[in-house]
Amino acid sequence: MRRGEKGVITAVDPADPAVQRLMVLGLVAGAELEYAGAAIGGDPLEFRLFGNSISLRRAEALCFRIAVVRDGG
Amino acid sequence: MGNPNSGKSTLFNRLTGLRQSTGNYPGVTVEKHTGIAKLYDASVELVDLPGTFSLGAHSMEERIAVDVVFGRVPAMDAPEGILAVVAMNNLYQGLFLVHQLSELGLPVLVALTMTDTAQAAGIQIDIEALQRHLGGAKVCPVVATTGQGFAELRRALATLPAARPPRLPAFWPELREAASRLAAESNGALHTPEVERELIDDSGLTNVTAVPGDRLPARLRAARGSLFNGIPPVAGEAQRRYDWVREVLADVQVNSPAYRTYGARLVAWLNRPIPGTIALLVVMAVVFQAVFAWATPLMDAIDGATSVVGMWASGILPSGAIASLVSDGVIAGVGSVIIFLPQIMILFLFIILLEDSGYLARAAYLMDRVMRSAGLSGQSIIPMISSFACAVPGIMATRVIPNRRDRIATILAAPFMTCSARLPVYALLIGAFVPASSVGWFNLQGIVLFGLYLLGIVAGVLTALLLKQTALRGPKPPFALMLPEFRKPNLRTVAIQLLGRARVFLRRAGTVIFAVSIAVWALAYYPRSGEIEAGLAAGVLAAETTLGGTQLENARVRLANEAAAAQLEQSWLGRAGKAVAPVFAPLGWDWKITAAVIAGFPAREVVVAVLGTVYAVGDEADEMTLAQRLKSASWPDGSPVFTLPMVFGLLIFYACCLQCAATLAVIRRETNSWRWPVFAWAYMTAIGYAGAALVFRLDGG
Repeated sequence: MRRGEKGVITAVDPADPAVQRLMVLGLVAGAELEYAGAAIGGDPLEFRLFGNSISLRRAEALCFRIAVVRDGG
Repeated sequence: MGNPNSGKSTLFNRLTGLRQSTGNYPGVTVEKHTGIAKLYDASVELVDLPGTFSLGAHSMEERIAVDVVFGRVPAMDAPEGILAVVAMNNLYQGLFLVHQLSELGLPVLVALTMTDTAQAAGIQIDIEALQRHLGGAKVCPVVATTGQGFAELRRALATLPAARPPRLPAFWPELREAASRLAAESNGALHTPEVERELIDDSGLTNVTAVPGDRLPARLRAARGSLFNGIPPVAGEAQRRYDWVREVLADVQVNSPAYRTYGARLVAWLNRPIPGTIALLVVMAVVFQAVFAWATPLMDAIDGATSVVGMWASGILPSGAIASLVSDGVIAGVGSVIIFLPQIMILFLFIILLEDSGYLARAAYLMDRVMRSAGLSGQSIIPMISSFACAVPGIMATRVIPNRRDRIATILAAPFMTCSARLPVYALLIGAFVPASSVGWFNLQGIVLFGLYLLGIVAGVLTALLLKQTALRGPKPPFALMLPEFRKPNLRTVAIQLLGRARVFLRRAGTVIFAVSIAVWALAYYPRSGEIEAGLAAGVLAAETTLGGTQLENARVRLANEAAAAQLEQSWLGRAGKAVAPVFAPLGWDWKITAAVIAGFPAREVVVAVLGTVYAVGDEADEMTLAQRLKSASWPDGSPVFTLPMVFGLLIFYACCLQCAATLAVIRRETNSWRWPVFAWAYMTAIGYAGAALVFRLDGG
């Protein structure tokens, strides 16, 4: 995803306890995200979720499937 | 209860003022904050539970929170109601927790904080609708920093215990059913909400005092199997509750077009790798400089005051053991505790400001990748940097690291960072023995100093890496970090937190340092030799008859110093030095150095003073005279004691060795056991010894 792009989480693989922790923070199917950038070295990544910023390590982010929403019109 | 960064502390402070106290929950390192809030015609005791996102017992803090809520903590009454603190600009995560809290069967009052920033960001909430969705729980919008809305809040709080618990439809009907069945079977020992929680969390109900028989664990397991069907219960809970939250928000929250607040552009720019790192370096440099520069005059002042008081005391007391005990033992001991305060306070002032303004999280986010290659996580950066000034506040600052193993790794690596107390010894030794010549652009002495700093950093990093691979091995924790919006820290909260930290330091570390100082004093003072005293008196008498004026004064000082040196030599400390000297012979040390190092174990700075006494220049000696004495010190056979290899070895020993009772005391407090401080001490001393011996041998010592 590029900076500023929005997306919706479509699927989560909940096996990893780290992912479960993230779900408790609100990263569940149906949540809207906006990608906000990365830190030094491209890791961790920052997302905006319902008005708040959350940072994830790249490895953790890969457990979520996101459908990118293109801003039409 | 509420999310971290929801303004909970500010709210708590405003309600309780100074009527609060801090302690520990029995047996764990979680801090317990309670306070009394004065409401209109009654008082209410509030317990400020650690900020959490969920009641799911993942961390120690969350487990304690659940236990408190269910009344399972011994010596604490079960709560009569819950004050949920939700930040208005983060209803998404806040409502998740509120939803969990609403099912516990207790009355719930929701304080909606940060209404000012939320409204500025264009967020509007329909309070009536929200209250309806929450099953009748009252919602009070407030601004915790200004007190707006508090009248209403206090009124609601006063009537809370009598209010009805919220009525919400079960978000997971099957779970509710199974839980109530099991609760019924337990004959009243467990209530439905507890069982629900336990089914999800599987934490073993370790703190429940009455678990009827051992059929319950088996029943729980069976229930889990049929309910969850292989999908982790936490995931199921999260998914369902957040679905509910999204529904509510759709009905209740209205946003103006942009989520972005005024300062968001600046924030976004600062978050990019390059500007962010530069900003971070600047901030670090400022903090570092402040701790050194601002603290030094204060520390000198304290030092001076201690000497003055000491001299006054020895002036008015009859000379002898009591006078010495009071001035050199007690007053010096207290002084050595208080002298830490300026550095600690200044450092913590910055840390609290950085944390409250939200910058700390960003710094951790930026530095995470870098720190991970050192075996630590981003949040370790501040404690590590702080330890360059003094490991004591640095280690205290490791509280911000949520993961226990990372925390311990940081705590053990921190003392390696060259702290400011090592500087006097470095300055003395480098100044005396390293030639002040230049190598290209750089001064040789500066290079050596820099080398020592580097050694500390490398040793610290290697230690952390080593520990993470071996003793501290474990599953990789998730790093998810909430990056709060920048906001102005609230000065009152900052002040209260700062005072709290100071109190904690004085109470815990202070007692240990003080005790050890007295012990060292006793070792150096006893036994007193009557002969030496007599010799001193005779010498002074002789001087008085032959000399006068300044010559007499100089003679008095010289005689006193020599007497002091002789006394020290035959005191327990001196004897210990001589007895232990063979152990340090491979390093090239003689008994005087050994004695000084032993005396320095409570506090490194003491070593210079003791060296001064031992070499008969008095303990207030300036560096020049002491340096000369050191250079001319020699073994019985005439060869110099302080050769270059030996000096380098000594410097390395200093760089690595943990000679600070305060640090040990703080490590003990932060890890809640003696195991780690002892390990740290043994480990660092061993490395220091090995390093020093190696250098001494290698260089043909």
